[in-house]
Amino acid sequence: MSIPPPPPGSREPNPHLDPGSQEPNLGDTSAPVGFDVVEEENPRTDGNIEAAENAIELKEVEGLSQGRIVWRRFVRHRGAMISLTVIVLITLVAFTSEGLSLWGIRLPGWWPYDYTQLVPLENRGVPSWTHPFGQDDLGRDMFAVVMRGTQQSLMIVFVVGIIATVIGVVIGSLSGFFRGWTDQVLMRVTDIVIIIPLIVLTAVLGRKFGASGAIVLALVLGLASWTGLARLVRGDVLSLREREFVDAARVAGASSARIMFVHILPNSIGVIIVNTTLLMSATILTEAAIGFLGFGVQPPDVSLGSIIYQYQQAFDTRPWLFFWPALFIILIALTINFIGDGLRDAFDPRQKRALNKAARKSAAAAREKAHVAAVAERDAAARAESKP
Amino acid sequence: MLTFLSRRLIASILVLFVASYIVYVLAATAGDPLAELRTSTARNKQALIDQRIQELQLNVPAPLRYFLWLGDAIRGNLGTNLQGQSVNTQVANAAGVTIQLLTASLVLAVIIGILIGITSALRQYSGYDYTVTFLAFLAFSLPSFFIAVVLKAYVGIAFNNFLGAPNIPWYLLIIIPLVLGFLWMGIIGGVAKTRWLVFGIATVVSFAVLLYIDLTNWLNYPGLSIVGVGLLSLGAGVLVHLLTAGSGNKKSLYTAVTVAVIGMAVYYPFMLLSDRLNLWTLLLLGVVAIVVGAAVGYFFGGHDRAQSARTGAITAFLTGGFIVIDRYMRAWPVYTQSSYINGRPIGTVGAVTPNLAEATSSFWILSLDSLTHLLLPTISLMLISLAAYSRYSRANLLDVMNQDYIRTARAKGVNERTVVMRHAFRNALIPLTTIVAFDVGGLIGGAIITETVFAWKGMGDLFNQALRQVDVNPMMGFFLVTGAVAIVFNILADLAYSALDPRIRVTV
Repeated sequence: MSIPPPPPGSREPNPHLDPGSQEPNLGDTSAPVGFDVVEEENPRTDGNIEAAENAIELKEVEGLSQGRIVWRRFVRHRGAMISLTVIVLITLVAFTSEGLSLWGIRLPGWWPYDYTQLVPLENRGVPSWTHPFGQDDLGRDMFAVVMRGTQQSLMIVFVVGIIATVIGVVIGSLSGFFRGWTDQVLMRVTDIVIIIPLIVLTAVLGRKFGASGAIVLALVLGLASWTGLARLVRGDVLSLREREFVDAARVAGASSARIMFVHILPNSIGVIIVNTTLLMSATILTEAAIGFLGFGVQPPDVSLGSIIYQYQQAFDTRPWLFFWPALFIILIALTINFIGDGLRDAFDPRQKRALNKAARKSAAAAREKAHVAAVAERDAAARAESKP
Repeated sequence: MLTFLSRRLIASILVLFVASYIVYVLAATAGDPLAELRTSTARNKQALIDQRIQELQLNVPAPLRYFLWLGDAIRGNLGTNLQGQSVNTQVANAAGVTIQLLTASLVLAVIIGILIGITSALRQYSGYDYTVTFLAFLAFSLPSFFIAVVLKAYVGIAFNNFLGAPNIPWYLLIIIPLVLGFLWMGIIGGVAKTRWLVFGIATVVSFAVLLYIDLTNWLNYPGLSIVGVGLLSLGAGVLVHLLTAGSGNKKSLYTAVTVAVIGMAVYYPFMLLSDRLNLWTLLLLGVVAIVVGAAVGYFFGGHDRAQSARTGAITAFLTGGFIVIDRYMRAWPVYTQSSYINGRPIGTVGAVTPNLAEATSSFWILSLDSLTHLLLPTISLMLISLAAYSRYSRANLLDVMNQDYIRTARAKGVNERTVVMRHAFRNALIPLTTIVAFDVGGLIGGAIITETVFAWKGMGDLFNQALRQVDVNPMMGFFLVTGAVAIVFNILADLAYSALDPRIRVTV
């Protein structure tokens, strides 16, 4: 058995092949390189490469806090970063173009038309330079309408996200921490809400409160969407409360509330953040669905779902009335989903893929080296066999 | 076990009661049930309003009215809607329609979702995997009405127009084979040489098939004939054999071939008899086919009879399926050219073509009519669940493949097929039972949207109309049925889980 020289051009240190390397190494460094031959058929489970990737990752996160590690991993998730940019852009454009009108205060935006304003029809309302999203049959500028709808939908999504998270986290941690009858009661309450299909509950609530404005609608939708999070947080707290640091805190005299919110909750922040994100992407679809049925935000105000409901008859003649709001719903949902995925990867301690480009390159180089070594070994074995 | 079941059931029913109270009060106070009468111009307006208040006991406040409703509901009477029709019959009719839709979507979503999930897990981090992942994310982010409306306009209506002059444009003749070629290349994988070979073969074969379809006007006059059925059955048999038994077991291969030959032998007798069949006799024939297939495998014997029997049963089922598909293809020209259809077979409105049932009693025509109407709503309803199942089964399989016992299996020299199919695949499916059961509730919610777009008179439509008119009784009928379905499926999931996973044991 001979260790083949590394192929020319690859300068990355490989902890296995380079005995002088100071990389921390989780793998079994004493195993001869030639052993890789056995596992050559499945390079993904190759111990050598896994160890190399571990080593690279450990090197990378040396001396960083948990928060920094998560942040670094998240920033590296390309899909999540693109999505974050897109959603920030959408939010900025939606809120600056149409301006804000909250509690009587009116801040005008840069877009010349208002979403309620009737402008003379140009060319049957087909999208043009003056009206990039077209006009409806009454002459409303669709860009203004869609931007206002986006504002309202985004607002609903964030309010629902906050309310559902607060309720879900409180109920989940109370129930997981105290167990016993508290748990029984709270979980039965959760069951009661869960058994009503979400769209049924939200549609009924929308029918009841839709006319009271988007904020009220957002509040009641938040009251309906916390159940999934409550169950997940409960599960997490149930396992965390058995850990040593909780015992330590208790011995040190911490109160239940302190243990719950200062010691346990920060440890389940990953579950909470990830699921809040996914809940928000589900909320935009739920809002769109009940809006489509006509139970969401009521005119004269609009949300993305209610725009589609208003113009669904016009689909064959004026498809832009349908496709622009639909495109924004899809964009918002897709970007939030990707951000959620990025966050999940970032919080997952088993995650090994979110390495940066250099690390991926050196992992690829390690794989290449292992492969070359394996081939050379096989050739050597073949030669040895032919010349006994 | 019985104690566990009864406890679960009682707890669930209590939960359902409380939930129904909440829904009742919310729904009854969601708007004004007299709105339509108040704006009417009838001369006896006040009398009509008084009559409706009397009939629906609207003078009783909603939190109390619930108990009046509950008293009737326990005796099996769900009351009447605003128009005075019995909710019981309404729910029964609507449920029949929606069950078709739900079953079709659920079955297809599970099968296709698992297939996609397993293949993308086995080809993790390949181009195919990334494509599937992105498409799944896209499907998660599509509002269900968007899928439905787009399918209706750009698939249903466009395909119907296309059938009028079925010439496949040249660019599709090039693009579709290329896409299919990449798909097969991604699924089969391997080294560069294999991949290009697969790509080439798949592209050329799909191009030839498309050209054949185009030149022979196959879409209007489809048919497999005995040759096509025979080839498909043989192919399916060999595939089943390779997946379930592996190339080592010759008896299993003989079984697959024998079953395919038997299928060809019964082809003409079946076609002769087919006009006298109905749904039940057809299902019975399906069971007979499975039994015959299993028997063939059993009598071939060998060291592992059960394996051959399984190959035989699955092949027989698939062969039967191909024969039935061919029978439907024979009915297709008759169906599309009838005056009710007028060459526009893909239904976009309603669950059946009106008046067709009076015109013909042929089982094949009528069920074909149901199938063409089911097609688009099923696709639009299944897409989101499909994406979810494919993600879950991918994650589960990846999880299982990293377990120690898989390493053990590999270490003792078990081949890759056995590792995947026998050790990993089955265990990866266990957690899926729970997810599928939970998802049934979500599907019912999706059906509300899908039925609105495709104008089906099902449960979703019942709910939608009831909520619009603040009509509490049909709404509660809807809720009771969906709630009961959700409870039953959750309990089934628990039972299935404890039956499938010996580590989970029900303790009281």
